[in-house]
Amino acid sequence: MKALNERKTIVTPREFREACLKKHQTLRSPVMMLFASDHRPRDGRFFIHCIFLDRDNGEWDVVETYAEDNAFDSLSKDVYSSILFEREIKELFGLEPKGGLDTRRLRLHDEVWPEGHYPLRKDFNLSSAASGARGKYAFTKVEGEGIFEVPVGPVHAGIIGPGHFRFSCAGEPVINLELRLGFTHRGVEKMFENARPEDKVALSECVAGDSAFAHGLAFCSAVEKISGIVAPERARYVRAACLELERMYNHVNDIGGIATDVGFGFPANLAAIIKESLQRINQKLTGSRFLKGINAIGGIGRDLELGPLPALLLPVLKDFNELKNILHSNVSFMDRVDTTGTLDKKTAEDLGIIGPAGRASGVDLDLRKISGGIYEKAGFNPAVDAVGDVLARLNVRIREFEESVRLIKYFADNVPEGKIRAEIEMTVGSAIGSAEGWRGPVLYFVETNGEGKLERVKIVDPSFRNWQALSFAILGNIIPDFPLCNKSFDLSYPGGDL
Amino acid sequence: MLNMLKNRLFKGVALEKDKEIESLGRELKRQITNKFGRSFSFREVDTGSCGACDSEIIAATNPIYDIQRFGVHVAASPRHADALLITGPVSRNMLLALKETWEATPAPKYVITVGDCARGGGLFRDSYYTENGADAVLKVDLHIPGCPPTPKEIIVGLLTFLKSL
Repeated sequence: MKALNERKTIVTPREFREACLKKHQTLRSPVMMLFASDHRPRDGRFFIHCIFLDRDNGEWDVVETYAEDNAFDSLSKDVYSSILFEREIKELFGLEPKGGLDTRRLRLHDEVWPEGHYPLRKDFNLSSAASGARGKYAFTKVEGEGIFEVPVGPVHAGIIGPGHFRFSCAGEPVINLELRLGFTHRGVEKMFENARPEDKVALSECVAGDSAFAHGLAFCSAVEKISGIVAPERARYVRAACLELERMYNHVNDIGGIATDVGFGFPANLAAIIKESLQRINQKLTGSRFLKGINAIGGIGRDLELGPLPALLLPVLKDFNELKNILHSNVSFMDRVDTTGTLDKKTAEDLGIIGPAGRASGVDLDLRKISGGIYEKAGFNPAVDAVGDVLARLNVRIREFEESVRLIKYFADNVPEGKIRAEIEMTVGSAIGSAEGWRGPVLYFVETNGEGKLERVKIVDPSFRNWQALSFAILGNIIPDFPLCNKSFDLSYPGGDL
Repeated sequence: MLNMLKNRLFKGVALEKDKEIESLGRELKRQITNKFGRSFSFREVDTGSCGACDSEIIAATNPIYDIQRFGVHVAASPRHADALLITGPVSRNMLLALKETWEATPAPKYVITVGDCARGGGLFRDSYYTENGADAVLKVDLHIPGCPPTPKEIIVGLLTFLKSL
């Protein structure tokens, strides 16, 4: 994917809120990233960066300011998509969002992390944070006659990541769902700091294991942008093909998951076979079932032969068509997914829901379309639906899977010979890297220092914001449909928790 | 609908049978019959993995590997488990849940760690928020290395574990 340009406006803390609201309204963009960086050692202040997407011009629009008295003006009353980011800034940097709607901690659970320790500050000292006062998390309480709560997790019954879900029900329908996540928080962003970028590509591939390629690509392209180089064309084709392979094995896994969660075992197992076939193709092509170790800063680490791919994918597509037909022609299956877990467009836009989950609700945003480049040459066509229910998300995935097969064929037929990796010299700077992963845009903000080492890395996986969609999509549905709704979003715990 | 199912049932699975998996499986089944009666159940606990190891454990149960036919089962509750399969470097937030899951597992019970970060923390070693692996919390009986280990490596690991008992 072609890297998007950046446009930066530097404002005073007083102007920050106004400037962001204006961008939000004129660009019709949710807050794509909002984060802090600790510049006290050099400039004596914390910086706050707020990033919007200008889809018409294909650019990132950055508003930057600094924190005053360890605080900044909150956007959350007007821009709903900023809430989670503000909670994150508060717990990691100790900067107060003034007038914020919700300032509870997100990932550093009150039960295990004492007050007053901010791990992303440069002067953070781990030994002092080892013990201290223990608090309790304040869940939203729903009260009234006959209302009961169902707490679930963090350890679930299946083989799945940990998270806590608290349902409040009146009879059968769910009237509130609160998600408490952060159980897989590993402090990833801090692990990047003070290292050479080339040593941390492997770490970026372990942020969310099923999106290893998209994360690696977003990280590498940010670093490439800082040093002002562009990966050679051959590398761009190979990267795009791998990105689509990653989308395929995950989408089919998700489709199988939807079948599992309505108790329809036959297509679920067929989907598992397709996924296995695709991961074996990954293995054959790259040596890794998860496409790890291909991305390198400046291009790709070693050359891959895309030629055999279309022939290998033919039988897979045949199996996939069979899977699709089984699902679409089964009345009881369709009855379970139709009008279940509806997320309307307004809610999706307000929360900044992106990726296939957003597209299924009519939010027409796909970085592959916006960035153009070889995707434009391939005549890429994004899948969009308007209904926003489980069926819409299923159909968007089906269409994306089929489009990926077509794109890979184009990439394999048109990949040029040539260099696979550009020479790179690290300089001081910062840049945003992005990749439209299978869950949506994976964003990396990378900043380097004078020694060519990483100063700050901010990661936004689409799961981080899309988890919120689940609490809205489930409203009015019954708990037995929760696994189905959950699977239709198919979000990453580690990607959101970092 | 029936025609579609028939088509698949007669055609079977297109992927080739892996002879190595079959022979590993026979040995696995023999070990399980001797040491656990009919089946060996594990409960998987994700303590903060990136999801790749969990994906490969699930893959070991897909129709291609199908470890259930060798007598290996995934338990929904630790109460029904013979062993815990632990992935991830143990996030601080998962420490209590991990300990409680272990306490809820009836003896005799075993711990198997899966993936590089479950032992020592791997890439996440010395992070401010990890406990540096499950071996820092519980006594580990067997470690299956890899980032992530493939389904075949997981089967080999389980066999090594059963042989060691």
